[in-house]
Amino acid sequence: MKISPFWITVAVIVVAGLVFTGSTTNEYYFNAAYVILQAMMMAVAWNILGGYTGYVNFGTAGFFAVGAYTSIALDKAWDLPLPVLIFAGGAVCALIGLGVGYLTLRLKGVYFAIATLAMAIVFETLINNWSYVGGAKGAYILTPEKHLWFGSYIEMLFMVMLLLTIACVAISRKLNSSRLGRGLAAIRDDEVAAECAGVPTLRLKLISTTLMGAMMGAAGAPYPFFVTYVDPQSAFNLFVAVNAIAMPMIGGTSHWLGPVIGALLVGTMQEVITVTVSSELNVLIVGIMLVVFITLAPQGIVGLVQKYRLKRTP
Amino acid sequence: MFSLDLLANAVTAGILLGGFYAAVAIGLAIAFGQLDIVNIAHPAFVIAGSYVAYILNARFGLDPVLVGVMVAPVFFAAGAVIYRIYYAAFERTGQESLSGLAFFFGMMFIIEVVLILVYGVDYRLVSADYIGMTIQLGYVGIPLRMLVPFGVAVALTVGVYLYLSRTFMGRAILAVAQDRLALQLMGADPVRVKQFAFGLAIATAAIAGSLLIIIGPVEPSVGRQYIGRVFAIVVLGGMGSIPGMFVAALLLGIVESLVATFMGPSWAPAVAFGVLLLTLALRPSGLFGRA
Amino acid sequence: MSGAVLQVAGLTKQFGGFVALQDVELQVNAGERLGLIGPNGSGKTTLINCISGALLNDAGTIAFEGRDITRLPPHQRTRLGVARTFQIPKPFRSMSVLDNLRVPLEYAAWSRADHRRITDEAMEMLDLIGLQHRAQASSASLTLVDMRKLELVRALAAKPRLLVSDEAMAGLSASEVDDILVLLFGLKEKGVAVIMIEHIMRAVMKFSDRLVVLVAGRKIADGEPQSVAGNADVIKAYLGE
Repeated sequence: MKISPFWITVAVIVVAGLVFTGSTTNEYYFNAAYVILQAMMMAVAWNILGGYTGYVNFGTAGFFAVGAYTSIALDKAWDLPLPVLIFAGGAVCALIGLGVGYLTLRLKGVYFAIATLAMAIVFETLINNWSYVGGAKGAYILTPEKHLWFGSYIEMLFMVMLLLTIACVAISRKLNSSRLGRGLAAIRDDEVAAECAGVPTLRLKLISTTLMGAMMGAAGAPYPFFVTYVDPQSAFNLFVAVNAIAMPMIGGTSHWLGPVIGALLVGTMQEVITVTVSSELNVLIVGIMLVVFITLAPQGIVGLVQKYRLKRTP
Repeated sequence: MFSLDLLANAVTAGILLGGFYAAVAIGLAIAFGQLDIVNIAHPAFVIAGSYVAYILNARFGLDPVLVGVMVAPVFFAAGAVIYRIYYAAFERTGQESLSGLAFFFGMMFIIEVVLILVYGVDYRLVSADYIGMTIQLGYVGIPLRMLVPFGVAVALTVGVYLYLSRTFMGRAILAVAQDRLALQLMGADPVRVKQFAFGLAIATAAIAGSLLIIIGPVEPSVGRQYIGRVFAIVVLGGMGSIPGMFVAALLLGIVESLVATFMGPSWAPAVAFGVLLLTLALRPSGLFGRA
Repeated sequence: MSGAVLQVAGLTKQFGGFVALQDVELQVNAGERLGLIGPNGSGKTTLINCISGALLNDAGTIAFEGRDITRLPPHQRTRLGVARTFQIPKPFRSMSVLDNLRVPLEYAAWSRADHRRITDEAMEMLDLIGLQHRAQASSASLTLVDMRKLELVRALAAKPRLLVSDEAMAGLSASEVDDILVLLFGLKEKGVAVIMIEHIMRAVMKFSDRLVVLVAGRKIADGEPQSVAGNADVIKAYLGE
């Protein structure tokens, strides 16, 4: 049985990750890696609805934060293990994705985009007023004591995030060249023609939003344990939302590698800038990069590479 | 805790606020309602207008509304340039749905962060003689800092409405969304018409910004609260209808004011978006929109 | 009623105050070749939009192979066997030429296709229009003629029993028109009924078993091509008084 280069790379990465946790003690690297992986998960998730299907989601911060707050609420109520919280966050956000989609996907893509923004603000307001999870004052999460065989909790979180991200990338990759993926691409290219080719557009769009919601919720679920203090302003922060859109658009939206490259590139750059200069500058630079890329290179980095290769083949 | 004078004050405040909201939304009513350009950065332009008013008011003591009107042509020019870029990059290639949205999303961030980097996150205000004065009508108080913006907003709305329905360029703008070909046959270049219209939309942001900073202090992230409001107003009013937009703005202002008064101000942000979601789910063409 | 693949009765469609179609009645039999003509704006495209489901008619019924499809969404109608082309070709531009054909095979024709052979079937269909060598090319890079052929073959990939072709030959040269005609003629053996909307009269007369004329939203003639062409009302509608 031939194992594809993708899975070999995955295996290498997982092993490298484990080796990394065993050897390094500097927590900074795990923190930075966690942030980049989280961003990658969000970018991959966004791209399923945005890049593959052509419907822009501006409310990514909402999905992320609901995933985080589901964790907080459940952890407070029942002290559940992390995998359960991740599953719960994913499930809740999947339902939200389905719900918002059902309400608005019959309309033009523009209205859907605005509705997602609306949804994020509505949830932020609801959580601001929900005292059980701390409301506007925020909630403190104690770092759990158990961290399996890892040297510290952050190392375990890093590994969890690595596995989650790999899972999302693998799903996104499979989707890209599958029957379902072609149906989504048809919707993106020409929804009317897709309908007339037999594609059940509403159903596929709902599948897309649900999948995206699930991934984003799963990305948000471990967040409270990473930061130990969560308040609505930080959970719903627009920076998460910009990154989720900017990274796939810079990397390339129609290919599964796009959000991965975008996240690695932009995420690393942001870590460097935050450490050396300031974090406000990050948002400015991402904003400028986003505008420049979509104006001049709408197919992203992947698109540029593809064009370059096409020119070279005789 | 329900009392008649509380209700009366809340409704009055709502009407005044709603009128102001119309001034903020009118730019989007043009860009999105007429031209189908989803300028999600419009509130950011409004905030930029607020800061310009702040700067000129602090430096030269000029009345904010005056500043808004003076600066409007500059904003008009900026809008025209931005539309050119938008057209070349997106409309011509048919990419406006995804990339166009992301373009304005990026612009929104750039504006906000530049303001933060230059002016920080402190609240800024303007000073003018009428800020702080209140007219009492029985048990209803009408603060001038809300009445003046309301008056200017009404004037702005009426002005734009008359312009669109009475002048050649105005009617060309109304036509361009519906029938490009007819427009070309009439001798008008659709691209230039749209460019003019978008410039006009951004020009209104300058005025709206000056009104905003009269009503209350402003800091860079305030714009985000208005994204929901302006889209809710334009959608609820119905795409392409200026009178509809005004009615919707008043309605939103009143509902928000009532919610803030009787349920608490922390619920107010959800009102606009709740209205938006309901409208999209139940009657997407809005109150007065073309189907 | 036997052999009637499409039965349209009392079809009415309004846009605001404008009546685009008024009480249109149409019947198409299995394997029949029907030409649909009429002056510009007479409602031909509106009619096929209603038949394919892109628009919902205000009154009247549409039945396909005896089954009422009046309220079904377009994708379900295509799955049942109604396919159409668009006046201005709408290829899936980000996809290759081959993938453009895989979509209808994988969706509209899913129940009628052998799932393991889809790529082969798509290649065979490409061969029909001589584009096998461009299978991996981007569909956006095709010439107009090739795009129209792709549009037609994409509709055929849905394995329909009724194909509606909306001005597939507009702007083509004489030999290109003949190429398309050959494709359409070949459908009769497969038992596929065709409704052809066309302004190129020579093609319509050559192709049609029957001719239907639509003027200002109403059907004014329905019958043998020669007799319809000689019909006084039809001539008046085209040439004016």
